Amino acid sequence: MNSAIVAVLLLALLGLAYQIGWSRSRRLETTAGRLHSRPAYHGSLLAVWALVPAALILILWILFGTSLERAYIVSLLPADIAAQTGPALETAIRRVRDIASGFGVAGELADYENLAGQSLREFKLLAFAIVIAAAAGAGAIAIYMARGRIAPRLRARNEFEGFVRVLLIACSAVAILTTLGIVASLLAEAIRFFSFVSPIDFFFGTVWNPGFSTVGASDGDYGLLPLLWGTIMIAIIAMFVSLPIGLMTAIYLTQYASPRVRDLVKPVIEVLAGIPTIVYGFFALVTVGPFLAGLGDAVGLDIRATSAATAGIVMGIMIIPFISSLSDDILRQVPRAMRDGSLGLGATRSETIKRVVLPAALPGIVGAFLLAVSRAIGETMIVVLAAGNSPYLRLNPFEPVSTVTVTIVNQLTGDTDFASPQSLVAFALGLTLFGMTLILNVVALFIVRRYREQYE
Amino acid sequence: MAEQFTLPTNPRSENEERLGRIRQGLSSRHAREKRFQMYGIAAILAALGFVAILFVMILSKGLPAFTQAQISLEVYFDPAIVDVSPKPFQTGEQSDADFRRATLTWEREVTMVNWNRVIEAAIRAAAPGFEIDTRQALTLVENNERFELRDMFVANPELLGQRVTVDMLGSANVDNWLKGTINRDLPDNQQQLSAPARALADRFEAEGRITFPFAWHIFTNVDSRSSPAAAGLAGAFMGSLYMMLVVIVLAVPIGVSAAIYLEEFAPKNRITDLIEVNINNLAAVPSIVFGLLGAAVFINYFRLPLSAPIVGGLVLTLMTLPTIIIATRSSLRAVPPSLRQAALGLGASRTQMVFHHVLPVTYPGILTATIIGVAQALGETAPLLLIGMNAFVAAIPSTPFDQSSALPVQIYLWQGNENRNFFEARTSAAIIVLLALMLTLNAIAIILRRRLERRG
Repeated sequence: MNSAIVAVLLLALLGLAYQIGWSRSRRLETTAGRLHSRPAYHGSLLAVWALVPAALILILWILFGTSLERAYIVSLLPADIAAQTGPALETAIRRVRDIASGFGVAGELADYENLAGQSLREFKLLAFAIVIAAAAGAGAIAIYMARGRIAPRLRARNEFEGFVRVLLIACSAVAILTTLGIVASLLAEAIRFFSFVSPIDFFFGTVWNPGFSTVGASDGDYGLLPLLWGTIMIAIIAMFVSLPIGLMTAIYLTQYASPRVRDLVKPVIEVLAGIPTIVYGFFALVTVGPFLAGLGDAVGLDIRATSAATAGIVMGIMIIPFISSLSDDILRQVPRAMRDGSLGLGATRSETIKRVVLPAALPGIVGAFLLAVSRAIGETMIVVLAAGNSPYLRLNPFEPVSTVTVTIVNQLTGDTDFASPQSLVAFALGLTLFGMTLILNVVALFIVRRYREQYE
Repeated sequence: MAEQFTLPTNPRSENEERLGRIRQGLSSRHAREKRFQMYGIAAILAALGFVAILFVMILSKGLPAFTQAQISLEVYFDPAIVDVSPKPFQTGEQSDADFRRATLTWEREVTMVNWNRVIEAAIRAAAPGFEIDTRQALTLVENNERFELRDMFVANPELLGQRVTVDMLGSANVDNWLKGTINRDLPDNQQQLSAPARALADRFEAEGRITFPFAWHIFTNVDSRSSPAAAGLAGAFMGSLYMMLVVIVLAVPIGVSAAIYLEEFAPKNRITDLIEVNINNLAAVPSIVFGLLGAAVFINYFRLPLSAPIVGGLVLTLMTLPTIIIATRSSLRAVPPSLRQAALGLGASRTQMVFHHVLPVTYPGILTATIIGVAQALGETAPLLLIGMNAFVAAIPSTPFDQSSALPVQIYLWQGNENRNFFEARTSAAIIVLLALMLTLNAIAIILRRRLERRG
């Protein structure tokens, strides 16, 4: 209800301002001659000027309203209860809030709580009315003042375009804010975690056994190395599967295949890229896992159905189109002249590829490889479903492992107050993950830029 | 092939030696060339094979789940069991509140009726003389059918004392038994149904009472844990729909504005370089880090409701933003300079040139990128798990602020269900629905792009 009223108010303000600006500038045109800008721009300028003070007031209310409300509630409570701190005070405040909003509270209602609830309801209504009136009033005043400025000399279009530019800059800032937000939130929570567990124990510990959140902080082991090892092992297996297949596919499609075959095969491989990772996870769990287990029985090895090998193989399948399309682009960038020269000197096509094209494309392919590894490290759903959940340092790829991403999901699904190290460790892990992928991406970019041969 | 080389009779031994070496090397070089080509073809076949195996597995597991066992029984609304007073009618002097209270009382009475006895009587009537006890008989029909009968009666109290043929949903275990997903040779203690129930199910199928119509309720029902055979995707659909709406409403304006600023207005200095590197990095950040951001900032700091589509939508917006920005920038770059210079030459300002002349030409590209971005966001699971969506939600969200599930999360929850033989098929069916949606979106994007490009 509240937000609907605010929206209607803002829209009405905008519409009114635009109309006033537009009609006034039209009227002025007939008496004072040509204005600098068209009426539409005068109208839009007035609308923007009207919006700014109203929006400011609303934003102030959003930012400070809750603390104001809280102070008011505290003033309503009797002195002894208001003097409490911490959870007791919070509970008292929340009870009054729930009474005011009609939610209903458990247990007996004390007299002061009832009265406080009533007063709070009235206060909220009054405050809302005041804020709406203030916003409307400020908007009206702004319209009046801006209207006075409309004159032939007013460069309305330039001013309005200035506003537009500010808006565009703000939108670009969202992208930066996102990165800053990621880093800041991860850092903040991770630092809180490191107050429980020392960074040395975290980054170099070899045992992962966090325990449950009811157990105290000191009783858990938070060693990163088993998780890191699981991540790396699965990434290695994935690269073993995807690099040969992806690279050879790209080579064949660019060097050997006819355009018809290319047009047929490429979209089908792109389909692999579009499949959601949870489908891959399900595929690994239901088909690849039992297949490997059966294979192990036939050969005499003990292969578990959920293991690093299962997750690694399926992750490799998922990464194939990634490597294939990146390598495809890179191979196409190698100038035809080099290829033709080599062929002209009598080399076979495979020799050309092996000795001329690939070395020329090597920096790009290494970059693609690093990007693929970064993708494999950050992958969650395949590992959650198919790798088992066993955070131990093991060399055998046919046993279940645990990775950084799986542990983040496990540690965080549940309690949300982020007070215990069991939940906070997820952020420390997330920070590690973010750092690893960032470094891989930056190194990939650096390698491609630095070692790329310029042929023109 | 020595006969092909008509050597001059010059006994220059080095020449002969060299040619001999060349001849020897040629065959092995050709062999290596052939092998290389074979590797390429093998790689392509492997990649295509993976796609094929994936789709065959999903289709073969999922398609049978679209038809479910349905038992057709003659239900007698026995007045001895359905012992309720007649349905209240609103008389002239009765007030609205009184009538509502009377209706509620009557509905409560109807709910207290033991509808399971009605179902049991119907089953026994269909198989007279068959030895089966109550609990075993009821395992044939899904748990929610008693509520269906109750709702039938509330809608039409005239049914009292009548015999009506009702199509009831068979339970999940009956479905397993009749479709053969559970091994018929397993001993009794490993079976899901008791021996009499199994025999009765076989008999009903032989008589034609049990049919397998298309299971529309997969699309119209919400998720259910007490009645697994009745579980459906309706809640997940709405949740995903709300999230996609939020993504489109937020990501497109912000992304396009940011791209416009970066491409057209930003000065070429280090800050814009930084922003560009930033955006490219954001595109490569693992999705689970965005989930952590969502948990830390949106849920913890802004106190948005847990598991709500708005939070999921915000997180997915941040993930889709880099895609849209990068795609819009390349569309903007593809606009020919002649268009820009013509507008500027006729006296348009920079902003006018961008918004009135350049931007409309890029609409097809932006549209395509949005649709593809939305299709990708549709399949994301990991970030949604971290904002609380791994909980079981059995309701359709009516606003984006209500708790809900999402399509990929529903797949994740279903695959974890204990009734593996039933839910593997159900999960595969849900995957088919998800893939069909994504395929449709991608196809729409491609068709739209072709249409609009041809026209433009």
